[in-house]
Amino acid sequence: MTATLIRLFGLVKKELEAILGDKQSLRLLIMPVLLQTLLFPFAATLEVKNNTIAILDEDGGALSAEVVQRLTHTPAFTRVVRVGSEAEARDWLDTQRALIILRFGPEFSRSAARGEPEPIQAILDGRRSNSAQIGMAYVQAVLRDVPLAAGEPAAVPGLVTRHWYNENLEYYRFIVPSLVAIITTLSALVVTAMSVAREREQGTLDQLLVSPLTPGLIFLGKAAPALVVAVLQSTLILLAGIYGYGIEFRGSIPLLYACMVAYVGALVGVGLLISSVCSTQQQAFLGVFFFVMPAILLSGYVTPVDNMPAWLERATWANPIRHFLAITKSVYLKGSTFADILPSVLGLVGIGVVTSGGALVIFHRRLS
Amino acid sequence: MSPARRLRRLGALLRKETLQIVRDPSTLLIAMVFPMILLFIFGAGINLDSSVVPLGVVAQDGSPEARRFVDTLAGSPSFRVVTSSSVDAASDRLRAGEVRGFVVIRDGFGQQIIDGHATTPGVLVVTDGAEPNTASFVDAYVRGTYAVWLREEGASRGAAPLEALSIESRAWFNPSTTSRNFLLPGSVTIIMTVVGALLTALVVAREWERGTMEALLAAGISRFELVCSKLVPYFVLGMIAFGICTGLTVWVFDVPFRGSLGALLLVAGTFLGSALGTGLLLSTALRSQYNAAQAALNAAFLPAMMLSGFVFETSSMPAVLRHVTRIVPARYFVTAMQTLFQAGDVWPVLRSALLGLSLAAFAFLGATFLLTKRRLQ
Repeated sequence: MTATLIRLFGLVKKELEAILGDKQSLRLLIMPVLLQTLLFPFAATLEVKNNTIAILDEDGGALSAEVVQRLTHTPAFTRVVRVGSEAEARDWLDTQRALIILRFGPEFSRSAARGEPEPIQAILDGRRSNSAQIGMAYVQAVLRDVPLAAGEPAAVPGLVTRHWYNENLEYYRFIVPSLVAIITTLSALVVTAMSVAREREQGTLDQLLVSPLTPGLIFLGKAAPALVVAVLQSTLILLAGIYGYGIEFRGSIPLLYACMVAYVGALVGVGLLISSVCSTQQQAFLGVFFFVMPAILLSGYVTPVDNMPAWLERATWANPIRHFLAITKSVYLKGSTFADILPSVLGLVGIGVVTSGGALVIFHRRLS
Repeated sequence: MSPARRLRRLGALLRKETLQIVRDPSTLLIAMVFPMILLFIFGAGINLDSSVVPLGVVAQDGSPEARRFVDTLAGSPSFRVVTSSSVDAASDRLRAGEVRGFVVIRDGFGQQIIDGHATTPGVLVVTDGAEPNTASFVDAYVRGTYAVWLREEGASRGAAPLEALSIESRAWFNPSTTSRNFLLPGSVTIIMTVVGALLTALVVAREWERGTMEALLAAGISRFELVCSKLVPYFVLGMIAFGICTGLTVWVFDVPFRGSLGALLLVAGTFLGSALGTGLLLSTALRSQYNAAQAALNAAFLPAMMLSGFVFETSSMPAVLRHVTRIVPARYFVTAMQTLFQAGDVWPVLRSALLGLSLAAFAFLGATFLLTKRRLQ
């Protein structure tokens, strides 16, 4: 027993030295994480800000002036520009200087005074359709509060909305916990797959395989650097999230780290599986990327899993990133308990067992 | 050495690189199969338009008005209603992710509708803020459904309809505002970044690690020949990948293309140059495949994903970040591609994009050239 432990310790030490001993390598593990945690929460916003809205006011009445006045005070549109003709409006939109054009017809104010306001015409830049539609939602929110005649209360009372876990729907609160999952995934997979491939290229893999180390021990040895990298990077991101961005951590930290271990186990299995079929470092790297890109896209990071067609949503059960992303967001933002995230945890364990088992089988076969 | 011999030597180098590419299945896989897989994912999997959302309902009011409203919600194609007996039960469901929001119809709701005014809100909508996109959707749709339902209730009661300002909108350049039409051209950017930067990132470092760089240097190759021989085969490969992507986008996914082929190729070629330059620069500077791989992921791929304007609008970012995006070549490519596909040859936009891309290409390739060592040490 002690002999096994000594061997394991020696193996883990060797693996960690390979990853952490090289200054360039260490810098590449930490610097990008810091940069990304600093930049991406600000970049990854689906809020619409700093846009220009062009107004074509053929009415010139009090009501259209009122609407324009209210639009000027929204953060979504920092510039409200008046254009004189449809051609001019077209130009603003064509060259993407304006996101939306609002056109008030000549009868607008008068029709509203009669109680039958004619609709305002809006033209959106379909090239940026996501932003344009969000921008329209802002415009409509402004319109809701505009009284038809001075002194009258606004329409449709009685409904109030609360956004739990993220009161103002600030996107960075959603991004930072997600980054914990995404950034650690890339690093852990690349570390695992390329370390095996590098050993194979340098010839030391054969030495490893003929040593007294069992494949199980070798697996644990390879899992160690991935786990260290994952824990290191996610801790950095968590610290930045809690203390830097002030996003409250509502769940249980030990639960999150325990799930992280399960997740790294799943990733190491995938990494080893990929590297078992590759013969060079380049192939291992590209192979990892081949897996990671679709996996991130289909994990719920870019678009909610709920939005996917049913068959695709079912297929994502095989995607470890999907599960860990759900776990991280739930535990961090919602304070979910183990019972809440159990389905995701089971998914992770299942993937880990299947991939690690497969990798072990392949390596075993290479031995004999 | 005479120009003819130089040219022959360059030809030999090009042949060597091409053979290495063709003989390595992973390179061809990334350049040809990977784009197709990604495009299919973007076409089928990435959907910014919400489909059916599970919505909880807690009816604390038992009046017929409340029941009618719940029925209207249940009948909406956008929601799948899950009733809960209490707010606590609904909250648990929200926390577990079983519902993405819930509606509480408070006690006294029915009376409010009959009376025609309210002192406290009769309807509370709670959304899952951990999924901001879905939360906005739930908010907007429940509001909209409520507004329509109120109007119908009022109409059936004979009361005067509550008129509010309305807006009719349509979109230019993507009239159906299919998210696919703007996602796919943008995703071609990501694919090209991957093919351009990731493939080349390992190329020079690999020669250093294997010791073949020494042989090349001993043969007395000039820097120009070295960089050129690495660049050209991967450029060809990249343009083939681009052709596959664009072809699939236009012919399989029916995304309209309104620009000219010439402008498209010009933009693509310049962008590919900058992407290849990024990869080669990293490979030359770092000399270790492992480090070059990490760096390429972080310096090329992630910025292309996050800062190019592909999914996340650059205009919404803080000013500092907006300036940072100016040095991300992918940003110019995304703009140019969106314009070419949806709008056509809008030259003011294309000109500024081409300027940014050419500058980036020159900068990266120039730096690579300068950093390429001609001596061993």
